[in-house]
Amino acid sequence: MTQWEVVIGLETHAQLSTESKIFSGASTAFGAEPNTQACAVDLGLPGVLPVINRGAVERAIRFGLAVGAEVAPRSVFARKNYFYPDLPKGYQISQFELPVVVGGGLTIQTSQGEKHVRLTRAHLEEDAGKSLHEDFHGLSGVDLNRAGTPLLEIVTEPDMRSAEEAVAYARALHGLVRWIEICDGNMQEGSFRCDVNVSVRPMGQPEFGTRCEIKNLNSFRFIERAIECEVKRQIELIEDGGTVVQQTRLYDPDRDETRSMRSKEDAMDYRYFPDPDLPPLLVGADWVARVAAGLPELPVARRTRFADALGLSAYDAALLTASREAADYFEAVLAAAPGVDAKLVANWVNGDLAAALKRGDLDIAHSQVSNAQLAGLLVRLADGTVSGKMAKEIFEILWSEGGDADAIIDARGMRQISDSGELQAVLQQLIDENPAQVAEYRGGKEKVFGFFVGKAMKATAGKANPAQLNELLRALLAG
Amino acid sequence: MSLQPLLDGGLRPLVQALARRSVSATEVAQAYLDRIAVANPLLNALITVDPAATLREAALADTRLASASTTPGSGSAAAALAGVPIVHKDIFCAEGWRTTCGSRMLDNFIAPYDAGVIERFKAAGATTLARANMDEFAMGSSNEHSWYGPVRNPWDLQRVPGGSSGGSAACVAAGLAPAATGTDTGGSIRQPAAWCGVSGIKPTYGRVSRYGMIAYASSLDQGGAFARSADDLALLLDVMSGHDVRDSTSVAREDAPFSASVGRDVRGLRVGIPREWFGTGLSAGVGAAVKAALAQLQALGCELVDVSLPASSHAIPAYYVIAPAEASSNLSRFDGVRFGHRTADYHDLNELYERSRAEGFGAEVKRRILIGSYVLSHGYYDAYYLQAQKVRRLIANDFALAFESCDLIAGPVTPESAFMLGSNSSDPTSMYLADIYTIPVNLAGLPALSVPAGFDAGLPVGLQLVGPWWQEGRLLQVADAYQRSTDWHLQRPAALKGEGA
Repeated sequence: MTQWEVVIGLETHAQLSTESKIFSGASTAFGAEPNTQACAVDLGLPGVLPVINRGAVERAIRFGLAVGAEVAPRSVFARKNYFYPDLPKGYQISQFELPVVVGGGLTIQTSQGEKHVRLTRAHLEEDAGKSLHEDFHGLSGVDLNRAGTPLLEIVTEPDMRSAEEAVAYARALHGLVRWIEICDGNMQEGSFRCDVNVSVRPMGQPEFGTRCEIKNLNSFRFIERAIECEVKRQIELIEDGGTVVQQTRLYDPDRDETRSMRSKEDAMDYRYFPDPDLPPLLVGADWVARVAAGLPELPVARRTRFADALGLSAYDAALLTASREAADYFEAVLAAAPGVDAKLVANWVNGDLAAALKRGDLDIAHSQVSNAQLAGLLVRLADGTVSGKMAKEIFEILWSEGGDADAIIDARGMRQISDSGELQAVLQQLIDENPAQVAEYRGGKEKVFGFFVGKAMKATAGKANPAQLNELLRALLAG
Repeated sequence: MSLQPLLDGGLRPLVQALARRSVSATEVAQAYLDRIAVANPLLNALITVDPAATLREAALADTRLASASTTPGSGSAAAALAGVPIVHKDIFCAEGWRTTCGSRMLDNFIAPYDAGVIERFKAAGATTLARANMDEFAMGSSNEHSWYGPVRNPWDLQRVPGGSSGGSAACVAAGLAPAATGTDTGGSIRQPAAWCGVSGIKPTYGRVSRYGMIAYASSLDQGGAFARSADDLALLLDVMSGHDVRDSTSVAREDAPFSASVGRDVRGLRVGIPREWFGTGLSAGVGAAVKAALAQLQALGCELVDVSLPASSHAIPAYYVIAPAEASSNLSRFDGVRFGHRTADYHDLNELYERSRAEGFGAEVKRRILIGSYVLSHGYYDAYYLQAQKVRRLIANDFALAFESCDLIAGPVTPESAFMLGSNSSDPTSMYLADIYTIPVNLAGLPALSVPAGFDAGLPVGLQLVGPWWQEGRLLQVADAYQRSTDWHLQRPAALKGEGA
C-alpha cells in the first residue's frame, strides 16, 4: 500500500491595524452601517486616485523585520483586473512581481519538535467589498465598507507536511502579527484568514502532486478539518484511479467537506500590470532602521531567553511566547515574586491559569487573576506557608472571588503546619495510640505508612507540610 | 461701453477690468453665454451649458470682487482670475455639474466632488462658463468620437477641430470663452490648438493634478489649457499647477511663476530642430508655415541646431499599446453597478456588465479596450506591454540626449492641417498618424505647447515647442516672444465673424 506524503502551503491575509484605508482616508472600523465608510476613492468614482497609507507600509516593514525577511528597497503596486460588483474599480491594487517583503521564515513547535517554515513573500494589497446575497429578495447588495482595507498577504513555501504543522504555523503567525501589533488577529471579523494549498504525493516522490487551494478559512479548527478532508479526498481519488484536478475549493464546516468553487480552466487572466497611478514604493534603509528600533523583543528572542536565562523547558518557553500578553504576564509575575523559581511560575501560568482561562473562554489579557495576585500566591507556596494543594484552592478563590493570597490564608487559617515540634507531638501521639500498626510497619509492611499519613492529615485538618510530615514520620516509625 | 473688445482681448485686460469693477462678472458671463447661444448650435463645442448655474457663480464672484475692492490688498493675489468665466473640458469632475467625458456611459453622472484643477480655478475666483465637448474618454484626434456628436472647426465648419479636447479649442477660437481647460494624453491639447488657431499647453507630467480628471491613460494624461496667447497660458498655468497630495504622481516643486517668463528676450537660446519631424510625412503647407516660424525664431536671436530623435518613429505603436492597456483597466469601473449607464435589459450579472458597457461605450472606446485587454493578456504581456515600455524609455533617452545640445525643441504639431469631417472614419490607423509629432512628448512626460504659426490653405497651422522636464517657463518665454513679433494668434475665423455682436 502506498504511503502518502502531504504537502501544504499557506497564504494568509492579515488585515493591517491602520485607522484609515490603504489608499484613502476612510475609516477601517468594523461593523458600521453598510457603505458609510466608503469615500469617493473606495467607491471608485470617475477621476479618483489612490494614495498609499504610510502606516500600512510601516506595518509591512515591521513584519519583514520580525520574520528575518528582506524589506525590498523598491516594490511595485500592480493592478489585478477582474469584474465583480464588490470590486469597485474593476481591479484590485496589489503587489505582483515585486513585493515589499521577500523571504524570511517562522519557527513552529509541533509534537515532533521544532520546524522552520520558509516564507516566500508578503505583499500589500487592498481588500474588496462584500456582496450580500441574503438580505434582499431576488437582489444582491454590495457593502463597500471593507473595500480598500489594508491587507498583508503572507505566502509560505510548500513546507508543511501535516494539518498539525499547518495549524501550528497559522497559530505562530497569528501570535506574531499580534505580537508586533500590525493586526488585531480577530478571526471572526475576518482580520486573519487563510487560504490553504494542499497536495499529496507518494512518499519519496520528488515532484509535487497537483494542488487544490481551499479558500478563506477563518479558524484554526477549520484549517485543520479542511486539510484533513481534502487530504482524504485526494488520496481516495488517486487510489480509485482518478487524478486530482487543480481547483479552488471551499470548506463547508456543516458538512465537514471541501467543495469545488472553480477549476483551473475557469481561472481568470488577471492581466496584471504596474499601477500607473502609484509610483514604485521606495523604502530606505533609514526608514527600516527606525522601524527596527521601535520593534518589541520578538518571540524567538524571548523564547530563547526564557529557555537559556531562566532554565525553562523548550515546551514551556514556547507556550509562554505564543502571545506577547502571555509572555508579559509571565514576566510580570516573575518580577513581583522575587526568589520564586521561574519554573514554578511557568508551571502555574501554563497549568492552572491556562486551564482557568480555557474554562472561561478568556484570553490572558482578561484573566480574572492578575499577575500581582498570582505572584502573591506563588510567594506563599514557595516559602512553604501553603502546600501545593492549598495553593490550588486559593487560586480558585482568587479566580472566583478576588482578593489576595495572604488575606485568604489568614481569613481561612490555611497556613500549613511546618513547626516540627507541633507535628512531632501529633505523630508521637499516633504512634502511641496504634502499636499494632507500628509493629506491622516495622515488620516490613511498608504500606502502613499511608495509614499514618492519613491519620496525621486528619489530625491537622490537612495543614501539615507534607514533605516535613513524611520525613518526621519515617524517623519516628524507624524507632 | 461695448463689452465685445474685452471678450476678445485676452485674460489680463479682462482680469483688470473685473478687478476695477468697470465690468461685472455677471455681465461678462452673460455676454459669453449670449455668444454661446448663437454659435454653439453651429459648432457643437459644448456638452453642458447651464446659464443659471454660471450666473449664480458669477453673482458670487461679483460679491467677492465688491468686498475685495473695498478692502485694498485683500485677496488680489489669491484671486488671479476673479470673475473670469472658464470653459472646462467635460473630463474634469466638478461638484454639481454633469460630467460626461463625452460618453453615453456618463450621460447621467453628476460629479459629487471637484477635481484638483477645478478647485484651483475656484480658489482663483474663476467661474464655470460651460462644459466642453470632447472625444469619448479623450480617445480620438478629431472630436468625431463623442456621444454628443462631432465638434466643428470654427475656421471651416466642414472640418474637424482636432481632438480630443476639440470643444475647448473651438470655444476659444470662436471667442465663446477667454480660456478653456483640456487634457493631453497623446496630443489632445496641442493638436486641436494647432487646428483651431489658438495657443495650448501640455505641462510636464506631474505638474497639474490628475485628481478628479477622468483617467484615459494614467501614465500619459496631463491637464493643461487653451487661450489666445502664451501670456494667457502663463497666467492659467500659474493657477492650475501645484502639488496635490491626492495624486501620487503629482510633484511638489518651487518654480518661479510662469507669468514671470513672458516679456523676455530670447536671444541666444538654442532651438533644436528634430530632423525626423521634417521628413516625408509632413505636408508642404504645414511644413512651409513651420519653417517660416523657425526663421522668425532665428530672427529673434535664437540659434537653430540640428537634433535627432530616432526612436520617435516607434512612438505611435508604443503609444497604442501603453495607452489602451491602461485604458482597458481604467475603464473597468464603468460597469453599470454604482453609477453611469445601466442597461434596462439584463437577467444576470454578466448581462448587466456586457449590455451596460456595450450600450454605454462608443466604437473607438471599445476598440481601445479590446486592444488594451489583448496586450495585457497572459502570454502577450512581454511581447507588447513590456516591449512598448522599453521603446518609451528609448524615446525619453532621445529627448534627453537632444536637450544636451539645445534649450528647447521646435517643430510641427501635426503633419497636416484639419481634415474634413468623416474623411478618416473608415481607417482608424490613418487618424492615429495625426499624432506622430505629439505622442513622443507624452511618452517622455515632457512639457510642450502649440502656438498659431500661419495658415495652410486658410486653415491654421501650429508650431510646437517642447522643453526639458519642468521647463514650461522657457517654452512660454519663447512662445510669447514669437507672438509679440507675429500676429498669427490674433487672427479670427471668418466663418463666425460677428456672430456674437
